[in-house]
Amino acid sequence: MGKISKYVILDLIRNRIVLSYLVVLLAISFSLFNLDSNPVKGILGLLNISLLIVPLVSIIFGTIYYYNSAEFIELLLTMPIKRKQIIISVYAGLAVALSVAVLLGMGIPILIYSPNATGLTLLIVSIALTWVFVSIAMLASVLTRDKAKGIGVVILLWLYFGLIYDGLLLLILFTFSDYPMEKSMVALSALNPIDLGRIYILLQLDISAIMGYTGAIYRDFLGSSIGMVFAFAMLFVWIIIPLLLCIRRFNRKDI
Amino acid sequence: MIEVENLTKKFGKLVALNNVSLSLKNGQSISLIGPNGSGKTTFIKSLLGLVVADKGTIVFDGTNIVGNSDYRSKIGYMPQIGRFPENIRIEQLFDMIRDIRKSHGLKEDHELIETYGLDKMKDKTMRTLSGGTRQKVSACLAFLFNPPVIILDEPTAGLDPLSAEQLKEKILAEKNKGKLILITSHILSDLDEITSEVIYMQDGDLLFHKSIDELRNDTGEEKLARAIASVMKKNAALVN
Repeated sequence: MGKISKYVILDLIRNRIVLSYLVVLLAISFSLFNLDSNPVKGILGLLNISLLIVPLVSIIFGTIYYYNSAEFIELLLTMPIKRKQIIISVYAGLAVALSVAVLLGMGIPILIYSPNATGLTLLIVSIALTWVFVSIAMLASVLTRDKAKGIGVVILLWLYFGLIYDGLLLLILFTFSDYPMEKSMVALSALNPIDLGRIYILLQLDISAIMGYTGAIYRDFLGSSIGMVFAFAMLFVWIIIPLLLCIRRFNRKDI
Repeated sequence: MIEVENLTKKFGKLVALNNVSLSLKNGQSISLIGPNGSGKTTFIKSLLGLVVADKGTIVFDGTNIVGNSDYRSKIGYMPQIGRFPENIRIEQLFDMIRDIRKSHGLKEDHELIETYGLDKMKDKTMRTLSGGTRQKVSACLAFLFNPPVIILDEPTAGLDPLSAEQLKEKILAEKNKGKLILITSHILSDLDEITSEVIYMQDGDLLFHKSIDELRNDTGEEKLARAIASVMKKNAALVN
């Protein structure tokens, strides 16, 4: 399995888009930290990068890479190797390459300006979101045959998780404001990996009360440490489930 | 070597393969011919396990291929379009395939690589190669591991006349070594000298599977192109 991943990574570290991603992350991170003398503000700025840009790049690049590799994946499928191994290797190669870009692009500035638990948490969440959204990208690409349609679907998915979902959550909250909603809110936010990432970081920053409703609920309801464990476990589920569905579909797919 | 029985595959309402039964033997070079959409590619993909048939069985060298991937170590395949990861070098690509086939240390066939001069450009990345050169890389990969079965899908389509000729010589040489070679092509003149058997398909049906001599006798034509044309005409007359 590592065999294919190795060459996917070799291919990707010389890919122009991955290199530009790394450079852009570096530029944004350094400028955010230099805007204000307080590194916590820099971290909060980076939080938005990590919650919106990282998922966007991961899901779109993952999808495009899969479609561009379609002929090569077809050739690999004619080799004496199981389908499952091929798809997992391509996934792992993609996720590792993009994680390295995040690790360097955000990690170096964080190491310089905010080398503490908060900075580390932000980095972990960014990498976890990379794995989640590459996993979703693989599922979407395996399910749709047409490249343009596949890319359209993943952009819609990103809009949904990044922007629309929070609006829907607020709508539900207002509609049922007469009822106790805490438990269901915890459950509902677990259905969005970006929300989970946000909650995880805000619990760590300990300013959850001023940063959104679900964060406050997690803190009140679960307490910081259990809340963080729960949020992280759910992020892990978000990596595994789309990947398992993707493998299942890929195993039976006519190429 | 390959026994196909009652193979049927439908894509929705379209019948791509309709009850196809065949027996392919070693030491033959078999041309798979038919109009566009006749099921040739689906047939090849079924052999390679890329497409899972609805009905029927394929037995490769005594083992049923369903759920099996090991048998593919005995097949070399050259696809119609060769696209590879853009930023890896030719040498790295070959290493990758060696890794996947676990074939390090086994005897390899470098004849075609040398004929095409790929050994002199092994440090070039795939992105910088022309379409024809990529096609040559595909061809070399199909022969590299000395597989007993070689499947070529439109092999000469993107090649210049000299390279196409060199590939045909290679195909003939491998056939004479007792390998089973399966080729699809629309360029019938390319197939003329290298074919020993012809499979003709139409609308998912296997119309005939004959040796080239039999076909020549039946149609009274010497050239494969003319023989096939006469078969197609006869079919058209039957339909009307």
